[in-house]
Amino acid sequence: MSNAREITTKIRSVENTRKVTSALEMVSASKIRKSQDKMAASRPYASMVKQVIGHLSKARPEYKHPFTVEREEVKRVGYVIISSDRGLCGGLNNNLFRNLLMDIKQWQDQGVEVDVVTFGKKAGQFFKRIAVNIAASTQDLGESPEVTDLIGPLKVLTDAYKEGSLDRVVLAYNDFVNTMTQRPTLDQLLPLPPTDDEQVREIWDYIYEPDAVELLDTVLTRYLESLVYQGVLENLASEHAARMIAMKNASDNASSLIDDLKLVYNKARQAAITQEISEIVSGAAAV
Amino acid sequence: MANTIHCDIVSAEESIFSGAVKMVFATGEMGELGIAPRHTPLLTRLKPGQVRVQLETDEEAFYYVSGGLIEVQPHMVTVLADTAIRANDLDEAAAQKAKEEAEKALADRATDVEVAEAQAKLAEAMAQIAALERLRNIRKR
Repeated sequence: MSNAREITTKIRSVENTRKVTSALEMVSASKIRKSQDKMAASRPYASMVKQVIGHLSKARPEYKHPFTVEREEVKRVGYVIISSDRGLCGGLNNNLFRNLLMDIKQWQDQGVEVDVVTFGKKAGQFFKRIAVNIAASTQDLGESPEVTDLIGPLKVLTDAYKEGSLDRVVLAYNDFVNTMTQRPTLDQLLPLPPTDDEQVREIWDYIYEPDAVELLDTVLTRYLESLVYQGVLENLASEHAARMIAMKNASDNASSLIDDLKLVYNKARQAAITQEISEIVSGAAAV
Repeated sequence: MANTIHCDIVSAEESIFSGAVKMVFATGEMGELGIAPRHTPLLTRLKPGQVRVQLETDEEAFYYVSGGLIEVQPHMVTVLADTAIRANDLDEAAAQKAKEEAEKALADRATDVEVAEAQAKLAEAMAQIAALERLRNIRKR
């Protein structure tokens, strides 16, 4: 029966694992909701900032802010990489990193240097092994990331862009499509893609205090921050969704493993009983 | 209807207020603002302080903003509130901190690899012990 006992211990340990994975699954399921609510809450700001930018660029068509000017030659590219702090979320981070590496390699083949700014532990750990320059990094954004946490790392890039040492900035994150699908996404942050907002055609203008140019600078910085903030939120929702799916698969696997083990256990038990009976019978026959 | 104006107060993290109001009061960079319906279009930065809205019921609601922008159109007011206190030197300090964190992460590179190596060795040792134990069991039988 020692074999049977070994199997029961194994069954028990798999059952314990299943308890953990199904608990994690349920925790992630509830967190998805919360992060989706946050995503919805942050949208009005971004759309309103976008409107204001539309107005502003119409008010001063002759003035081009450096953030909106496409540069002819690209010598250095910056990446803002958003990842999760914790693992156990399937291939979420790795899918994003793989896409990124391909993109980075394309630039490097052209002799373009690459700077990265990482958000989240996983990106930090991954990209310090790669031959790129980490300009800034932040981790432990937590369940409710704040814009305050993004200002510093972003300023490193925007300053470099204004100085002219960076010619392009790309935002990389996992787009939350739905619970089953998260799409690794690379969006161009700088230079800002032109907003073809043709709704604003009325001929009127704001009174600007202090000055349209200065305001445009503030508004564009805010806009960039809100874009990155939204990327962080999308990535957070993706992380929870991916973890939920990964943990659901793990629980299912554990269940089927337990079923198999139970079958083996029953067979072993039956064999032991049969053996015992045959021993008794043959013993009785001998007497 | 004609004597109200639509007001939205939003921050990057949430929508704070939305609704029809009689009047909006805020502290602009160039001075106090009182915005009534049909105000001239205006765009200005806000100083940290209160944004006060007078509701249709003549009640007043107060919101604290740590800076931001206010956009005024004849039929609507939008306050784009900052959640963080912004100042150039503060931003600079935050940027510096992020850079240092990156340098620290790079300095940790060695230790991280060491941890991974140690873990691999531990796993190997544990596998060996398990194999030995199995061997012992077989011999006993």
